[in-house]
Amino acid sequence: MSEGSRDRIFSRLHAASRQTSTPDSQPPGLPILEYSRKEKIEKLKTLMEAMRTEVHIGSAKNWETSLAGILDQRKVKSLLYAPRTDIGQSLENHWKNDSGHSLQLIPYENDIEQLKETVFNVDAGITSAVGAIAETGALILWPSEKEPRLMSIVPTIHIAVLNADTIHNTLLEAMQKENWSEKMPTNAVLVSGPSKTADIEMTLAFGVHGPKELIVLILED
Amino acid sequence: MRVYPEKPQKVYYFGTCLVDMMYPEAGMAGIKLIQREGVKVIFPPRQTCCGQPAYNSGFPDEARTVARKQIELFPENYPIVVPSGSCAGMMRHHYPKLFANDPDSERAINFSKKIYELSEFLVHVLDVKLEDRGDPIKVTWHSSCHALREMRTTEDSKLLIRSLKNVNLIELQNETECCGFGGTFAIKQPAISAAMVKDKTDDIRQTGSARFISGDCGCLMNISGAMQHDKIQIDGQHLAEFIWERINDTPSAG
Amino acid sequence: MTHHQQVDFDDNVSRALNDTQLIKNIKAAMGTLVSKRKTIFSNEAETEQLRTLGNALKQKALSKLPQLLEQLEEKCTQNGIKVHWAETTSEANHQVLEIMRSHGATRLVKGKSMVSEEMELNAFLQKNGIEALETDLGEFIIQLNHEKPAHIIVPAIHKNKDQISKIFHEKIPNTPYTEDVAELTAIARKTLRKKFYEAEVGLSGVNFAVAETGTLCLVENEGNGRMCTTVPGVHIALMGLEKVVEKLEDLPPLLRLLTGSATGQLITTYVNMITTARKQGEKDGPKEVHLIILDNGRSQIFADPDRRQTLQCIRCGTCLSHCPVYNRIGGHAYGYTYPGPIGKILNPQVEGLKAAGVLATASSLCNACEEVCPVKIQIPDLIRRIRNESYSKDPASTMEGHGYKRNLLETLTWMIWEKTNTYPIINAVGLKILSVLGITLPKIGPLKNWTRYRARPELAPKSLHELVKHHGVDHE
Repeated sequence: MSEGSRDRIFSRLHAASRQTSTPDSQPPGLPILEYSRKEKIEKLKTLMEAMRTEVHIGSAKNWETSLAGILDQRKVKSLLYAPRTDIGQSLENHWKNDSGHSLQLIPYENDIEQLKETVFNVDAGITSAVGAIAETGALILWPSEKEPRLMSIVPTIHIAVLNADTIHNTLLEAMQKENWSEKMPTNAVLVSGPSKTADIEMTLAFGVHGPKELIVLILED
Repeated sequence: MRVYPEKPQKVYYFGTCLVDMMYPEAGMAGIKLIQREGVKVIFPPRQTCCGQPAYNSGFPDEARTVARKQIELFPENYPIVVPSGSCAGMMRHHYPKLFANDPDSERAINFSKKIYELSEFLVHVLDVKLEDRGDPIKVTWHSSCHALREMRTTEDSKLLIRSLKNVNLIELQNETECCGFGGTFAIKQPAISAAMVKDKTDDIRQTGSARFISGDCGCLMNISGAMQHDKIQIDGQHLAEFIWERINDTPSAG
Repeated sequence: MTHHQQVDFDDNVSRALNDTQLIKNIKAAMGTLVSKRKTIFSNEAETEQLRTLGNALKQKALSKLPQLLEQLEEKCTQNGIKVHWAETTSEANHQVLEIMRSHGATRLVKGKSMVSEEMELNAFLQKNGIEALETDLGEFIIQLNHEKPAHIIVPAIHKNKDQISKIFHEKIPNTPYTEDVAELTAIARKTLRKKFYEAEVGLSGVNFAVAETGTLCLVENEGNGRMCTTVPGVHIALMGLEKVVEKLEDLPPLLRLLTGSATGQLITTYVNMITTARKQGEKDGPKEVHLIILDNGRSQIFADPDRRQTLQCIRCGTCLSHCPVYNRIGGHAYGYTYPGPIGKILNPQVEGLKAAGVLATASSLCNACEEVCPVKIQIPDLIRRIRNESYSKDPASTMEGHGYKRNLLETLTWMIWEKTNTYPIINAVGLKILSVLGITLPKIGPLKNWTRYRARPELAPKSLHELVKHHGVDHE
């Protein structure tokens, strides 16, 4: 059934296309922006905070400690993490050395079919961000085999760890510099804050279906 | 940004059908405001209508026949001044489309380039200086959608009003919203049109103005008509007539 | 083209205009959206440049539409996404059903999709024993109340807080009455979380489909889109065939235009770019992804060089928010899938003129929509075109139902109008007679629609032509 439809649709489109000319000139593109590294961090922080993201700027040396403090404050009991990523490894090491902790680290090691209930009941999930966009205040998440997709959307709290050096000026720049068209993942996501809606009388409410809280750790070195 | 010509020796005047039938004093005031600057006004006597009513209603062939007639009546290269944003918009922006696949296409394009709405012509070409001899008055301005969005002459109109020193211009709260005329829209969707004009009249009332001024007779007819129906005592007046009255301290030019 | 049930527009308008609560809610909400858009696009010159770019990108895509669709299909297939072609909404409905049945699935969670509204998918699935649950908060609210969306972006905008509170309390089991927005949101979250968990299939729309990489791009704020496209084992994406764009790099300006125009945001909370199903070694995401590409009259619209620009629409909804008519009658009054200015030009072209041509009369041609359309569709010109087609008996016309409105009264009216304005002597004489006899607008027939709400306009005793003569103004 679909084949016949496809043929009929395309025959109409092709017939009409014969009368079409491609527009010759392309108007100017979006303005090119060049922020300094400091400005990029500042802009990202400001825009994300305006969207109720909690942003912490710190060092790569002791981010796990900052994280522990953040999780403690929120009484987070379980943290979903990706064991085969660098962050995952660092977390495992840090928590191994800190045995008095009540936090339960939960590795996302099996397929979701086996882990569904766990994933849906953890307090928080932590992922890396492969980059960010200063102009619009968004993280670039690039889930993979090592870092599954649901980690950043199901838990009520999502923590993202970002290297300050990977902040791009604009989305276009990110696409071009990182050659996205050659290597799109299963599902790339831009995230600019916790989940929200204004569907009820245009009043802003957070934590609709996605995370209620987004915490970003920007690591400067 | 439109580039305006130097002050010419002669201009054509396109009165528009509504001005001709219902607001001739306004039409005459416009002519006098131009003549006052030492410019000769030519009024081709066989002119009738720009064709917009038919064009908007879905009868472009009829509109084109009438439009073609108008184009023939304005052969010289003089600017054509029009005391209406919507008629000016029709002739300037829509004639090229109306004649797109027509042998008169080039003529229509040339014609459209000569069209000026009255306010923009008074401000940018004639640079009129107005001395207000009237008593203090509070007015508000209503812009037709086509003056606002097609001809973009709203600021010119308001500039002229503000240059009258005894006139206090209070802006409408929803200045950019349509008054609900839309030509045949008022007849085909009367209830929606009535809801729109009601909001417009409420807006005019809340300004506390004694009078509302507009550059478009369709809007004037619509809003005044609604006010009279509801027994609201605020007069509507065409901008040209208002200006003439203020600088001459006399009621009319007609 | 698939047709919905005939709508009584006049009746709808009448009821809407008398529903003061509805109009109050709509006006307040639209006012907010208009002002948000203005704020985010405060730099006029930049905005104008961006709109020009948006227009160019969409025109470029349309100029190569069949090639881009072929490329999209090729890339998606390579990536393991199964592509289906549906000429009619009925076909598309059956395709969704077949996919559900092939998995023995009876539960579907839906992200927002206007195409699924066009298909009336939920009703179709329900008839076939399948629960299709809306997860976008606004859609969820109206689904509970058995209503259709009232706006493309904010479907429940015609409801205020108390109305929503009542709906939740009455329709969701074990729910106490509350008007607190945070509490209402939490109730929705809890209810829908369970459904995400259990659903076998997830459905979404597509904002942009990139031919270059076979990527489906979706924007959202709530996260339900991500849940629908990641949790269940199967994902079905629905798109109109006009949604394809050429390159990944075309996305940044189009996204900016969409989010800025729709909700006044620089960027939505989430921008999803989906390119494949779950790959070997990955731990989550649907194992099967389907893309259903719907025609439903779009290829016929495409065939007309002037009407083709209708397909540039990116469904931002800003024309609705700025429309004085929409602001007074709300979305439901339009009757068909798409309300507002875009609805006035799209519905008649999809449903046929006889059914939906009346919508084109509900415009004063104020141009507010054209002024803000992010891709510069000349909506008022298309409204005029639809009006013309409604009367035109031209055999070359390709619009279904053209000429349906043709009638003696209007044909004569415009014929007389043409003659009197071409031969001014008829005009002058006629007017003289009218003014002497003191009759202005007759109070009969359609013209009494004027006098119901307004005083009769008076003809001036002397026309401008006469005054001009009297004052000795030159003619040449």
